[in-house]
Amino acid sequence: MATPLNLKELSNKELRFTSGHRLCPGCAAPIVVKMILLAACDWPVVVASSTGCLEVSSCISTYTAWKVPWIHNAFENAAATLSGVETMYRALKKQGKIDKDIKFIAISGDGGTYDIGFQSLSGAMERWHDMLYVCYDNEAYMNTGIQRSGATPIYANTTTCPAGSVIPGKPQQRKDLTKIMAAHGIPYVAQASPSHWADLMKKVRKALEIEGPKFINVFTPCNRGWRTKTDDAILLSRLAVETCFWPLYEVENGVTRITFKPREKKPIIDFLKLQGRFKHLFEPGKEKLLEQIQQTIDANWEKLLKESSPEENKE
Amino acid sequence: MTKVVAVTGNEAVANAFRQIEPDVCAAYPITPQTELMQRFAAFVSNGQVKTEMILVESEHSAMSACVGAAAAGGRVATATSSQGLALMWEILFIASGLRLPIVMPVVNRALSAPINIHCDHSDAMGARDSGWIQLWSENAQEAYDNTIQAFRIAEHMDIRLPVMVCYDGFIISHSIERIEYLDDELVKKFVGEYKPLYPLLDIEHPKSYGPLILTDLYHEVRKSHSEVYKKVPKVVLEVAKDFKKISGRTYGLFESYRLDDAEIGIVILNSAAGTTKDVVDEYREKGVKVGLLKPRLFRPFPYEEIGKELSHLKAVCVLDRADAFGGSFGPLYLDVAASLCNLKEKPILINRIYGLGGRDYMPEHAQQVIEELQKIAKTGKVKILKEYIGVRE
Repeated sequence: MATPLNLKELSNKELRFTSGHRLCPGCAAPIVVKMILLAACDWPVVVASSTGCLEVSSCISTYTAWKVPWIHNAFENAAATLSGVETMYRALKKQGKIDKDIKFIAISGDGGTYDIGFQSLSGAMERWHDMLYVCYDNEAYMNTGIQRSGATPIYANTTTCPAGSVIPGKPQQRKDLTKIMAAHGIPYVAQASPSHWADLMKKVRKALEIEGPKFINVFTPCNRGWRTKTDDAILLSRLAVETCFWPLYEVENGVTRITFKPREKKPIIDFLKLQGRFKHLFEPGKEKLLEQIQQTIDANWEKLLKESSPEENKE
Repeated sequence: MTKVVAVTGNEAVANAFRQIEPDVCAAYPITPQTELMQRFAAFVSNGQVKTEMILVESEHSAMSACVGAAAAGGRVATATSSQGLALMWEILFIASGLRLPIVMPVVNRALSAPINIHCDHSDAMGARDSGWIQLWSENAQEAYDNTIQAFRIAEHMDIRLPVMVCYDGFIISHSIERIEYLDDELVKKFVGEYKPLYPLLDIEHPKSYGPLILTDLYHEVRKSHSEVYKKVPKVVLEVAKDFKKISGRTYGLFESYRLDDAEIGIVILNSAAGTTKDVVDEYREKGVKVGLLKPRLFRPFPYEEIGKELSHLKAVCVLDRADAFGGSFGPLYLDVAASLCNLKEKPILINRIYGLGGRDYMPEHAQQVIEELQKIAKTGKVKILKEYIGVRE
């Protein structure tokens, strides 16, 4: 069992992702990374990142924000790269050249996970490498300038599917990657959000104690891409959870458990109206689109409730 | 000590892998490489080696996993052909840029389209500027010997670069030849214990691999990287010298065959060199002063040495088993031409493209070239600079 989290104790732990990195003010990614590494504080870890915001901003020339061994290879291959590191670890451990118990964590954005890196991720999970893959999902290609990805929600305005007079933003629903990963039959899959820090960190600790492949999808607001206030990252991630846009749940050995059920499910417009990327949906005549978004969220939430094990769910 | 066997080229290289026992091997099937990793996987399954295999879902992931495994701090190998190498292309540059000593046999095969599983050199030629050292092999014996030497070259502390060992698909990979295996212990001793450099798994001394470097320093990083390649020929020769001590076989940067007193010459890579040597002998018996140069270290290309070796000739034909489309010459021709262009004394050069997609290279093709070179040497006139030979009309 994962050791319990104690905020006071955690506050005394060394941060293994330091300040001085060059991520944008208000970016949720470094918050998520710090939470992950803090949750992993009981173990030595090796981290792999794919090309993206986090990568280009955390290790530049002779500077690095990583106080743990870290490797960046390319955009689409963080999982394959880390599977190589993990395999070498097993090889050297078998030969008695390493005696430590090391954990392996990949941290990649949604472009490098849902899209270009999906094959690499799927393969690594199927091969059953002992690693935790975390996707920090900010719902578009932010590093290259806010292009739509497989994680971009329907009707969001991005630079490659701009909300125009004919097409109201991205026409397609996003890919439900968390469920796709659960369908791999791996021992642990979860969805988390930095607003619910204890839930996120508990999931990371739980995942690290399980042997085999694990996947956690973390909601990660991006104020540049979403056209939101720079200090709203946590507020937005909380609203995503409370509107059931981003439900917090885990799938452990095939059993789905909702880890946080909002007392009162908030309407999706509470989440959408704070974001410039959905501004066009509040123009007159677009009410149907908003209704459609709400209906999809309701249907998905109902489906998740049905899938989840009733005795395991807590209020 | 030496064991004489009759095996395929792939089997010989798989046996070299068994003797070397890399810590990690990544593998993905592609004809004609597949047999090599299949045979090696059997050694793993039967506990004959300590190697951990990663059976990836693509060659892109094979090379990506090799980068991770090599950075982690151990000995790493993989193998591929053709489309597989093309799919790896992006990561080849990362493996060399990060100075990771990965060894990869490339069983040469044509590139699509049209799809074709047989031999030509367009795969490895497409990767010739990726920063990998390339050793080319005429036969199964050379493929085996080069594989063993490749680990020493790649892992040399002055070098730390990945190495491709190229040998011809089907012609060598699937033909049974007589070859001499070295004793297991001799190979292990020759290759030695792997010495990790900045291993990622050294938890107490965390390293960051793969930084972003922009306009301020990228140019300088690449300049310093280019300097490393100058040290490669010396190391290749040192390793060859040590290898001779255990095998009795001589290796250099290239093989020079009856060139000393020659007037005309052929430059050719890999298996077709064997056929050509026979024809050279035939013409020598007739009194024709012809010789052959077979590059072994193709990357980095030993320009100075090859230029010196060919400068005294009157006419040279470079035979390429890959074309460079777009009106250019074959890749081997371009390098031979570059090695000669600034010399005062130099031969007339012509370029012939042969054997694409496994088209047989026959003695009559070599004869045709030698006949033509004789005319050029006599008249000083070239009719056609570059053309395909062995084309069905």
